[in-house]
Amino acid sequence: MTGPAGEGPAVEITVDGAAVAARPGELLIEACERNGVYIPRFCYHPRMASVGMCRMCLVTVDTGRGPSLQPSCMVTVAEAMAVETESAAAVKAQNGVLEFLLINHPLDCPVCDKGGECPLQDQTMAYGPGESRFVEEKRHFEKPIAISATVHLDRERCILCDRCTRFADQVAGDPLISFMGRGGATEVNTFADEPFASYFSGNTVQICPVGALTAEPYRFKARPWDLTEAVSTAWVDSVGARVSVQSSRNRVLRVQGVDADAVNWGWLTDKERFGFEALDSDGRVTGPLVRDAATGALVPASWADAATRAVEALSRAPAERVAVLGGARLTNESQYAWAKLAKGVIGTDNVDAQLDDGLPPELVLSLPRATIDEVCRPGGVIVLLGGDPKEELGSLYLRLRHAVVSDGATLIEITPRATGLSGLAAHSLHPRPGETAELMRALLAAAATGAADGGAAGCDRAAIAAAAAALDGEFTVVLGRGSLAETADSAAAAAAMLAGRGSVRFLPVLRRGNVNGAFDAGLAPGLAPGRTLLAAGTDRLAGIWPRVPARPGRDARAVLKAASVGEIDVLVLLGADPLNDFSDRAVAANALDGAGSVIAVDLFVNDSAARAADVVLAAAGPTETEGTFTNIEGRVSPMAQKVTPPGTARADWMIAADLARRLGADLGFASPAEIRSEMAEASELHRALTPEALAASPVEGVMLAGTQIPVPAVEAPVAPGSRGLRLVATRTMYDDGVMLRHCPSSRGLARGPEARVNPAALYRIDARPSTTVRVSSARGHLDATLVVDEGVPVGAVAVGWLAPGAPANALIEAGSPVTEVTVEAR
Amino acid sequence: MSRLTADNEARARRIMALYPRPKSALIPLLHLAQSQDGHLTDEAVRHVAELVGITPAEAAGTATFYEMFKFHPVGRYLVNVCTNISCALLGADDLVAHASAALGVKPGGTTDDGMFTLETVECMAACTEAPCLAVNYRYRLRVTPNDFDDLVAAIRSGDIDQEIPHHGTLARVHQEIPEGRMAGISSPEQARAAPAWMAAGAEGAG
Repeated sequence: MTGPAGEGPAVEITVDGAAVAARPGELLIEACERNGVYIPRFCYHPRMASVGMCRMCLVTVDTGRGPSLQPSCMVTVAEAMAVETESAAAVKAQNGVLEFLLINHPLDCPVCDKGGECPLQDQTMAYGPGESRFVEEKRHFEKPIAISATVHLDRERCILCDRCTRFADQVAGDPLISFMGRGGATEVNTFADEPFASYFSGNTVQICPVGALTAEPYRFKARPWDLTEAVSTAWVDSVGARVSVQSSRNRVLRVQGVDADAVNWGWLTDKERFGFEALDSDGRVTGPLVRDAATGALVPASWADAATRAVEALSRAPAERVAVLGGARLTNESQYAWAKLAKGVIGTDNVDAQLDDGLPPELVLSLPRATIDEVCRPGGVIVLLGGDPKEELGSLYLRLRHAVVSDGATLIEITPRATGLSGLAAHSLHPRPGETAELMRALLAAAATGAADGGAAGCDRAAIAAAAAALDGEFTVVLGRGSLAETADSAAAAAAMLAGRGSVRFLPVLRRGNVNGAFDAGLAPGLAPGRTLLAAGTDRLAGIWPRVPARPGRDARAVLKAASVGEIDVLVLLGADPLNDFSDRAVAANALDGAGSVIAVDLFVNDSAARAADVVLAAAGPTETEGTFTNIEGRVSPMAQKVTPPGTARADWMIAADLARRLGADLGFASPAEIRSEMAEASELHRALTPEALAASPVEGVMLAGTQIPVPAVEAPVAPGSRGLRLVATRTMYDDGVMLRHCPSSRGLARGPEARVNPAALYRIDARPSTTVRVSSARGHLDATLVVDEGVPVGAVAVGWLAPGAPANALIEAGSPVTEVTVEAR
Repeated sequence: MSRLTADNEARARRIMALYPRPKSALIPLLHLAQSQDGHLTDEAVRHVAELVGITPAEAAGTATFYEMFKFHPVGRYLVNVCTNISCALLGADDLVAHASAALGVKPGGTTDDGMFTLETVECMAACTEAPCLAVNYRYRLRVTPNDFDDLVAAIRSGDIDQEIPHHGTLARVHQEIPEGRMAGISSPEQARAAPAWMAAGAEGAG
């Protein structure tokens, strides 16, 4: 993007005889479009730098030296500029450009996926000459070649507009496609054996102005005029990218990015774009299942039977022996319904939307928030404290990358290992695992005194001093959970230290779906809806909820530990998979086995449910139910229902209402809209969420701001003194999670297990790089390929969180400040 | 041969050191790779991309723009016969037909012994001396079929090895600039600063 046009007095120009006020520095094509004059274009894209490649936007421009044809995407407005967009010369130029563009275009519109929504087709009809004088043979290429696992390229259709190649280079930073050759032989291609393996490859399909790029999931599935669309919100991570969900005959066929200026700028990760495939996969649970006592298998049952079994277990159990884990998959409305069921009807506060894989909710909710725009402010200073946005929150990564590359932002990363942003970071600090708080203390001390005393947490003095100097003025903090092989305590303490500086604002980037909505709905121990502590919210809830738990309950770690020793009678898994997502696999397994009854409410039978669920209640997925979503900023945007749920699957809030009714209570609402109005009553925060507010901002959503929670005191844990190798476990974009397992286009994209070590630490390992090694802890072991990686701290071994066949949580003991490991040859 | 040899990699690093940004050395490095193997192999392009810090796709994108980079093996002697207007009027077509028959390959082909690749090219800017051809970019002017046969015979006998090196060879003598004589490596932003040799007053002394 060329950046927002500058401030200053308007520039008066004349467009087709009418006076128009343009912004200083604005591109002519933008100024015209903003004033209702559309200039045809192929290569120009408002979110990327102009190149003037296609020449379709030629207009007659007169700046006092006589009229001349100029590409309006390359000309900035100037005072008294006179523009004719439909002059004889411009029309002739458009005719000529289109005739040239069509010289080599196959005109295979009847079999082309783009036909019907194709800018080349549309503009040929609107601005083209109608016939071609070209009788020679067109150029021929092998019909679609796969340039990545999901994207196909038909070079015959390509008009060389440079949009996909510019996207790959400028926006995604993965220049793996390029123009090859010259003149009439120019083509877009990848390097031999080096596919366009970008997390963002699907965006090129959306911005291709012809049918040259197509994506596997949509190829030959529908014609554009058969599709209906609804604007919704992406659900696979917590950025809340806005999407258009497009379906035909009750099947979702495509998801495209919507340009929300405050959020995702139209870009999506491939996971957001193609993740919908999982919802329609064979693995989907389409009706309730119950465990057959005789065979031990999960077998289909009626809703009445399944719900009865669930309610029998729930009504037998004392409230404090019931626990509800998960809920980040749900809409805000379903989360509220489940919070009301668990806390207000059953009366348990053992409720946690995280699985020990995030940050303490009372800390996150207490921090002053920054929006994405505020973090990405031109010239700002960004502290990244936590994980890797490229792997966890791809569409946020694109915004951060743009801020640094194009808008002069300074990035300081304090992460467990190098990230996708390391190459752009002004300062990269990777503390020894478990010692983030030590590093932060040293950094802030150095920032205060102007000089660093010495090294800290394995980072040297000079690096700390340099980073501290950058913390001189105002900055924002992107706060996430870094390594899952240590508790969140050290990072939380570091965040609290920053919060103590005042004027620092935070963008919490917990990655799990609608986890922010879950916190706001009170789906965490000790919380009431509306960023309020349970103790403080009791009065407001009286009369709305039948009861309120008297004492704060257990978090996920405590729940699972209690369940593993038989202290939990009913464990409800609200789309949770502790076996794969909880930090400690052994505790998760024992908890599933030790809980009296396990009730799963889910789209799939995940590994945990397969192991232990007595009842599986089939839930409706994100495109199958109406509601709202809360993103990392606190921005609430609609989730649209586009198709009906498969089989007898139901919205999660309906399941909650049904169970409540069978427990003898009435939740008191019969639609998401009614739930929203009750939320506005139950929570001060949600009062802003009126139907009018949502309708007034259909793309950007409604921001919920403010908090009732004071910043808690966070004790920094004492760093362990030992000097063994420590484990770093971080999330990767593609892993062996249950959604991705059921998504055809992302299946097989997860990297195999790798154990990464710094070259300087290789001497401690008796194995050669690229061979299989065994990583062992006191808890267990996994086998992985040894990879040398300078981005890993010297004393650490880095693994992906859920690599196929090598779950990192087999090594980790829940609640342990660090995980010490050994690595040996296999 | 595939990646750059250790010697050539060392030379590549010396070339890169002459530029403020490694990426600027891309084309010299591609020439270096071509002089090593006679054409650009995928492995060499990948290696060059690694050295200058870009993706192989970007390196290939630049390389494929230029006719003089070859991506398939070519003969030791690359014969370019001009077929543009002046040469065509003065018998270029006959010359191509003769060359084709004499070498036993069509334009674009390489002789079985790997000695010659015959190509037709557009104007080589020697119209006053048409018809013309170039062997490994060394020109031959007003070429008759007999001249062509003599040229091939001379090449085969090794008589003009000194004049026409093997394809891919850019120069047989590589320039080495002593440290003190270098113009000074500075970023483009600082390019206004006086070069090192000027500051040292070393002109003529080095």
